[in-house]
Amino acid sequence: MHAYANPARFLGLARPITPWLFWGGLLLLITGALCGLFLSPADYLQGESVRILYVHVPSAWLGMGGWVGISIAALMQMVWRHPLAGVAGRAIAVPGALFTALCLVTGSIWGRPTWGTWWEWDGRMTSMLVLLFLYFGYIALARASAADGRGIGDNGGISRVTAIFALVGAVNLPIINRSVVWWNSLHQGPSITVRGSSIDGSILWPLGLTLLGFSLWFGAIVLMRMRAILAENKIEARLARMARDGE
Amino acid sequence: MAMKSKHQRLVLAVIAIIAVIGAGLLAASALKDEAAYFYAPNDVKVKGVEPGKAIRLGGMVVGGSIKKQADGVTIAFDVTDGKATVPARFTGIAPDLFKENSGVVAEGSFDDKGVFIANNLLAKHDERYMPRELEGLEYNATTHQMSSERQMKAEQQQ
Repeated sequence: MHAYANPARFLGLARPITPWLFWGGLLLLITGALCGLFLSPADYLQGESVRILYVHVPSAWLGMGGWVGISIAALMQMVWRHPLAGVAGRAIAVPGALFTALCLVTGSIWGRPTWGTWWEWDGRMTSMLVLLFLYFGYIALARASAADGRGIGDNGGISRVTAIFALVGAVNLPIINRSVVWWNSLHQGPSITVRGSSIDGSILWPLGLTLLGFSLWFGAIVLMRMRAILAENKIEARLARMARDGE
Repeated sequence: MAMKSKHQRLVLAVIAIIAVIGAGLLAASALKDEAAYFYAPNDVKVKGVEPGKAIRLGGMVVGGSIKKQADGVTIAFDVTDGKATVPARFTGIAPDLFKENSGVVAEGSFDDKGVFIANNLLAKHDERYMPRELEGLEYNATTHQMSSERQMKAEQQQ
């Protein structure tokens, strides 16, 4: 992993991968969305509103997956002092928060016709809202510590407190996942388990396309943001040097 | 030496993560009943809920139990979780997905006779997603398989 500790080497790898992830992901998610809208059948009970699944499930997956990524980055920062870990954490946080919000909004729009309510304080919804607030906290901490240079290295890293916050926040992930099993909740139980899927194949397959498409796209956004943060730090370092030399 | 401190940090971090997650999960499991969104009919039977206390009651609407009352806007129905059954009444407009043999969460309280007076109904969706053509097929929660009643009867006879 330390082979990519050098930002120049990382950039050399990230630059050619980004367009593939971006356009490949976009193509897959548009194909999946169109198939989900026009080719897959309506649900026997929910009717047409089942189609929001093709955005809602990838959003939930990426909202939670984003925090997994942030936690791994935090661990790499704490243990291996990897200079790009803080940059990766900062880069993941904003799209992660965006997808978590998208998950809550699409769930709410689906809940109105299906359950008869926009919002209820049940275990799944409350724990997902907590995840959104964790993202906000992480973004604020990371911004503050990167701005005043308390992070490691000069690559725009984040402070150790921010990394600890990320690791502690990971407690919420199993709670979100198990919330519908532990507690009576309005949200239905898991449809896809190790034993199989209770989603009929004709409804399930476009979900695979949008899930993969959104995930690749998420990867592209994270790489782009990492490159932007690294570039920004380079500019700042150069400006500081010029100011010093000018004196 | 660098290797050693790196290992030390890894061990410390892993212990800290396990401790924090363990604490979180313990707290969450201690919340178990407190964080429940609704009472199932069996919870009501076992724990007892005093009349007039505002709760949510969740379960399946018993097939054939929905009956319209004489006033035309009140419906009576039974809610079950397979272990216990509770009679309920609701006045107002029920959500479209409120059906027999389908999930429901009712907000309200019990009256003196043990009838649940709901002032709001929410339809609860289950984890099944399938096209209309498959409606009427029986769903087996343990195998996740769909089969028609005819198939099931044929299997039983064999």
